[in-house]
Amino acid sequence: MADSSPMQIVVDGLVKRFGAFTALDGISFGVAHGEIMGFLGPNGAGKSTLIRILCGLLRPSAGRALVAGIDVAGDPEAVRRRIGYMSQKFSLYGDLSVVENLRFFGGIYGVSEAEMPERLRFAVDMAGLTGREDALVATLAGGWKQRLALGAAILHRPAILFLDEPTSGVDPGSRRRFWNLIHALSEEGVSILVSTHYMDEAEYCHRIALINRGRLVALGTPLELKQHSLGGELLALEGERIGEAIAPLARAPGVRDVAMFGNALHVLVDQAALRLPALLALLAGSGIADGRGRRIDPSLEDSFVHLVAAKLPPTEVAS
Amino acid sequence: MFQRIIQLLLKEFLQLRRDRSARFRLLIPPIVQMLLFGYAATFEVFNVATVMLDQDHTQESRALVDSFVHSSRFELVAVADDRRQVQAAVESSKAQLGIVVPPGFAELLRKGQSAPLQVLVDGTNSNTALIALGYAGQISGAFGQTYAQDLAQRTGRALGRPLVSVKLEERYWYNPNLNSRWFFVPGVIGTLTLITIVNLTAFAIVREREVGTLEQILVTPIRPVEFIIGKTLPFFFIGLLEVSIVTAVGMWWFRVPFEGNLLVLLFGTCLFLISVLAIGLLISTLCKTQQQAFASNFFILNPMFILSGFSFPIATMPQALQWITYVDPLRYFLIIIRATYLKGVGIDILWPQMATLAALGFGLFGVAILRFSKSLD
Ligand SMILES: Nc1ncnc2c1ncn2[C@@H]1O[C@H](COP(=O)(O)OP(=O)(O)OP(=O)(O)O)[C@@H](O)[C@H]1O
Ligand SMILES: [Mg+2]
Repeated sequence: MADSSPMQIVVDGLVKRFGAFTALDGISFGVAHGEIMGFLGPNGAGKSTLIRILCGLLRPSAGRALVAGIDVAGDPEAVRRRIGYMSQKFSLYGDLSVVENLRFFGGIYGVSEAEMPERLRFAVDMAGLTGREDALVATLAGGWKQRLALGAAILHRPAILFLDEPTSGVDPGSRRRFWNLIHALSEEGVSILVSTHYMDEAEYCHRIALINRGRLVALGTPLELKQHSLGGELLALEGERIGEAIAPLARAPGVRDVAMFGNALHVLVDQAALRLPALLALLAGSGIADGRGRRIDPSLEDSFVHLVAAKLPPTEVAS
Repeated sequence: MFQRIIQLLLKEFLQLRRDRSARFRLLIPPIVQMLLFGYAATFEVFNVATVMLDQDHTQESRALVDSFVHSSRFELVAVADDRRQVQAAVESSKAQLGIVVPPGFAELLRKGQSAPLQVLVDGTNSNTALIALGYAGQISGAFGQTYAQDLAQRTGRALGRPLVSVKLEERYWYNPNLNSRWFFVPGVIGTLTLITIVNLTAFAIVREREVGTLEQILVTPIRPVEFIIGKTLPFFFIGLLEVSIVTAVGMWWFRVPFEGNLLVLLFGTCLFLISVLAIGLLISTLCKTQQQAFASNFFILNPMFILSGFSFPIATMPQALQWITYVDPLRYFLIIIRATYLKGVGIDILWPQMATLAALGFGLFGVAILRFSKSLD
């Protein structure tokens, strides 16, 4: 792919090894202008490692990453001027005030003195901290801290934003507000690569990359993932001691996958309408008297569990 | 470039201003340690660097010189041709002890009279000086006794007659009363500066690494040199402040007179601080956590202290260790600070130490900058 590519981020066969351990194993994808790309994966999947490589903090062992058309490994400094980064760990200075932090990072990013007041006001407003500019950052609650960190990361108007689990440990209301900010930035044309643990947040992304153990398991819009990655239709079965039915259900004809979801079982079948009566009969035969079921629309979590936990060979599903 | 360095400086001072315990850590321990160190112990001494001047040129005088040379206490580092050379050797710290056998030494001995032997001591290191003098006394005493017995046998005179003896005439320079406190106080200033500033520098960077703010800084367009200057310059100033405070305590509490030029000491201190900052920086590039930094500091600062000649004379160390002392910045700074403090010596004599210190400092700093890459690998 040439530099004229409309993609803001191009990742091609990226590999990262830490000694003998392979943290990223041949990852390829692209992110367009103004696109929000979500990274979803369990702990240790390699999300942070990937983001760090794209920020020039780690060198790839093999493969290539272009950010804003620039090879990150070749010229990390040129990349750094164009990106904003929020690391997984909160990393503003707790013993400095809101404006002191912003002024510091603005200064380091080379925001000019003329522009500084406007940028500071913008970041403070965005974080909802107007009137609390002189509060020490350590005294702020989680949601405010994260929005302030986002503000600090975009003081220099980067074209590309990397957010590593920006909402972890933040209450749902604050998460909602945070995502509104992300969408506002995306509408201005900023490309955003965001990693998360939360399934519901993944639905806010334009596209999702599912990674597990350093491999890209699936890539697509939330809708695509939900519809295609499962390769079948989904039934939800409920009843007393439903867990005991897992083994017989898995052996039933037409059943591809069975997984526990809360206190229900989600069963992947080839044709829902065709199989439901037989499965309900099987429940009754297994001593589950109040067994009931219905067809449901798969959620992202279903795809996720199916793709990750079922350990399908990744290349089959990756688009 | 300057905008970014200034931003870092500003940030460091803001943080320091907020951190009450840091101000306490900066001021109290050095003063307390200074007071503690003010009272020192004595140490055994070997291989005292000695310069000899034999103005008598007789068999007797050569025998006396030999008996000094063959003892493990003294090591002949130079043979002088005149008194000026003896003085120069002691002044430049090349030798700690000067032994002068005056003309007519043997003649007096042969007449059975007591013959004077002059010993010039660099009193700056009072412990070593005092102990070395004791040995000189023993050796010359033994020499005199042997000679007297010899003489008695050869001449047949009875031993009861006036005994031949070698009389030591001691001359102390620089620290006439051999006040050990005077010797230790300047050393404490150097040592405390080393310990505090290495710790502060190492911890300042490792803390940012541990907290995660370093990662946030690394993704900005800041250059490693800018970051390092911005991060170490505050501690350079703190180091100067600390030297001033501890020096003030030394002068007014312990009443150690300052003989030299303050500017010379200031210059030497600046050179020393460059090395010290670089060592702190190097430790910080090697450590991921403050705990590791703490352990490394311990393992690096302790040997530096022991090998500096602060309390254990370098001349008495095994040769291998003596070589290591050549890369110990504290060794050079101790010479500079003691010499300026107690001898009032200037750059004309101290330039080799200054040059070595500068080379060490910039060398270490260069390594630290190279090691500090803006990546996390
Ligand atoms: N510097 C390193 N040295 C060795 N191994 C590392 C290093 N950094 C990460 N790893 C390993 O690489 C794997 C991926 O780590 P990474 O932090 O990228 O995962 P993640 O998807 O961000 O997980 P989490 O959700 O917990 O943040 C993990 O097994 C981790 O232990
Ligand atoms: Mg992570």
